[in-house]
Amino acid sequence: MAKLTEIRWHGRGGQGAKTAALLFGEAVLGQGKHMQAFPEYGPERMGAPVQSFNRISDEPITLHCHVTSPQIVVVLDPTLIGTVDITHGLPDDGIIVINTDQPASKFREQLHLNGQKLYTVDASTISRETIGRDIPNTPMMGALVKATGILNFEEMIADTKGKLEKKFRSKPEVIEGNLKAIQRAYDEVKSE
Amino acid sequence: MANLKEIVKKGEMLAPGHRACAGCTFPVIIRQVLAASDTPVVCGAATGCMEVTTTIFPFTAWKTPFIHSAFENVAASISGVESAYRSLKRQGKYDKEVKFIAFGGDGGTYDIGLQSLSGAMERGHNMLYVCYNNEAYMNTGVQRSSATPLGADTTTSPAGKVKPGKAQMRKDLTEIMAAHHIPYVAQGSPSHWNDLVTKAQKALAVEGPAFMNVLMPCRLGWAFQPQFGMQIARDAVNACYWPLYEVEDGKYRITVTPKEKMPIAEFLQKETKFRHLFRPGNEQIIEAIQAEIDTRWETLLKRAEMGC
Amino acid sequence: MKQINPDVCAAYPITPATEIMQIFASYVADGLVDTELVAVESEHSAMSASIGAAAAGARSMTATSSQGLALMWEMLYIAAGLRLPIVMPMVNRALSAPINIHCDHSDSMGTRDSGWIQINSENAQEVYDNIIQAVRIAEHPDIQLPAMVTYDGFIISHAMEPVDTYETEQVRKFIGPYKPMYSLLDIDHPITVGAIDLTDYYFEHRRALAEPTFHVLDVAEQVAADFEREFGRKYGIFELYKMDDAEVAIVVLGSTAGTAKVVIDGLRQNGVKAGMVKVRMFRPFPYKQIAEVLSSTKAVAVLDRSDGLAGMGGPVFGEVRSALYDSAKRPITANYIYGLGGRDITLAHIKSVYDDLLAIAKSGKLPEKLFSYLGVRE
Repeated sequence: MAKLTEIRWHGRGGQGAKTAALLFGEAVLGQGKHMQAFPEYGPERMGAPVQSFNRISDEPITLHCHVTSPQIVVVLDPTLIGTVDITHGLPDDGIIVINTDQPASKFREQLHLNGQKLYTVDASTISRETIGRDIPNTPMMGALVKATGILNFEEMIADTKGKLEKKFRSKPEVIEGNLKAIQRAYDEVKSE
Repeated sequence: MANLKEIVKKGEMLAPGHRACAGCTFPVIIRQVLAASDTPVVCGAATGCMEVTTTIFPFTAWKTPFIHSAFENVAASISGVESAYRSLKRQGKYDKEVKFIAFGGDGGTYDIGLQSLSGAMERGHNMLYVCYNNEAYMNTGVQRSSATPLGADTTTSPAGKVKPGKAQMRKDLTEIMAAHHIPYVAQGSPSHWNDLVTKAQKALAVEGPAFMNVLMPCRLGWAFQPQFGMQIARDAVNACYWPLYEVEDGKYRITVTPKEKMPIAEFLQKETKFRHLFRPGNEQIIEAIQAEIDTRWETLLKRAEMGC
Repeated sequence: MKQINPDVCAAYPITPATEIMQIFASYVADGLVDTELVAVESEHSAMSASIGAAAAGARSMTATSSQGLALMWEMLYIAAGLRLPIVMPMVNRALSAPINIHCDHSDSMGTRDSGWIQINSENAQEVYDNIIQAVRIAEHPDIQLPAMVTYDGFIISHAMEPVDTYETEQVRKFIGPYKPMYSLLDIDHPITVGAIDLTDYYFEHRRALAEPTFHVLDVAEQVAADFEREFGRKYGIFELYKMDDAEVAIVVLGSTAGTAKVVIDGLRQNGVKAGMVKVRMFRPFPYKQIAEVLSSTKAVAVLDRSDGLAGMGGPVFGEVRSALYDSAKRPITANYIYGLGGRDITLAHIKSVYDDLLAIAKSGKLPEKLFSYLGVRE
């Protein structure tokens, strides 16, 4: 089977973890790749830990089982680290991207990494400054693409721009804000 | 006001030869209600006496289009028919004027059918629901329903050595329907045909849901000789046991006021299902029934007076 | 549904089918469809109103899942008995008790005697294609039976996957206008729908109801052929995956088939002659066709995502075994009940089934147990 990439997103109910996977899935589709995007469902309450997933491949994906060994983990809420085992199933060459204003070294010990690469980006601040609200999922897409190279960034920006223009025709500041958010996260994500 | 000459000219929409009991009063009710409409109607019925006796394959007594699907859902079924009508009309696929009437017994209306009735009324479908109320599940052998009055002897609330019949007062479904704030709600009796037909005319004329609760004396369950059906219905009205009133856009009006109010004991004596109430020791039940009737009648009078 | 543009949709929300109704309601609110949406107060009323609407000559659709399907159970039989071609997307979700909102097939399996056509989907593309075809199959003049299109709750219903959609005009041309067999609104020719039968007529009416079920599979194949011509995608009673020379095979319904394809590809790379029969048309049951397709294999495992609690395995197992009974050459069959309440079925699980099958094929002996549970903590 063609190379399959699996991503797991960690967030808290109400933060947009599900939307993050869906948004990213749409971006993947926009580049002509095959994808799946789905959340994990339970009786969530606002603030409870939630997970969502993506699968990406150049060929059609027929798998319908759970994602148990993602190559990439994205953490939208750093307070989850320590509560939830965010590295569960992550291989030694896996990648973690965390939304935080703290340096990566702060988490490295906590996470007992085995060689996995750690990236951080302050997506919350970026989104507050560009979109006006703490919605880390949009800028995280930019950080994710920089850290993993999984999509062509220019194409993704163009595709996202097109989609936003359709949806928010009357609100140019929303379009601008979102695009800036993605660009900034792409530029500012740090590896350690 | 209904005009007898006009009604007679219309012709019967329910064919004779159906299998209702001799002396059954629901065929009278059907014919009176259907006579009230100048527009073609589509009818539905819940499982019950009416449905079972009028649609025995390969015969049907209904000259109108008719649907029966199950016991608890004639309101939902007819709401589906009415929705199809509105959809097809809106799309220009249908151009006739049709009205919709759902018939249900007290079983399929007060009890198992209450949910679907409430749902259909709340959604505002343009339909009339007629409950033919014989105060028990008669089709299946006289079991109690929530329309059965206090003290009645039925097979599931029998009067025995220790228990004197049904222990609960009847539910006031007409008031429940009035509380849905639908445009028209009324109580009727086949004994007062002009009142009933006029009410059915009003009910069919409103835009939106209408509900009529019609007392239906049952010769089998109430045990009277077949020729006395109308008389018993009339007595029920005169005892204020079954007040004839209407609620039109929230305004209460009593449409028939008895000249002399018959004491309830006199009325109860006519039905064997209350026979045990006349044994010594059960006087308080008759008193309780009289008290309920008096309270409800007083309340109705007040509401009608206040015009609310 | 938007492209089909039914005249009436009477529906009640239930997880995980709720989104169908919500999204469709937004189409109604935006005037994108002509549908009369009836927000009924229970699933029982949803099917009742659908029956009323269909009997009045309107194309009717509804959608539900699990407990909702269970609540409308009596009405399902009535819809079929009244020959009303209602089409219903039905999201597979486990039945209580215990209450569980995740996927298994207990809900649709429980209604398999109702007379409804059952078409199963593996993924989102199939759901879309199957619903379009279901309208044609259900409304076919020789059929006139209601049809449900099933798909796995959450796994498919709440996952985003790419779907190729077709032009609305193309879809509408394919399904054509609805020509009802009868209508309550034909007031010049009044009819009684739902009459009571005594002992002298009921049997004949039910025998008459069986007649169209003998033609459903042929019609489904004709419609699939038309569908392929029009839209370019091929469908059949089954999807046969690498069955031509398969020695060991599984029979499966729904999304698990997709995961199994990955396992089979791996096995084939290692020289194992593995295959799969994915059942698309489950009701009526294609007993002749399945016997034909399986007879040349050595060992077959039927995967059931529901437990009929009959003491002899799952419902699909019973039907497959019965279908094979008369075959001169037939495989040894095993049954695995899996995935109840949304329990994940993994590549490893499916591989273990094939390992068992290879052992069975080698030994030529019946498995130790008639059926077993896959993926549960015993």
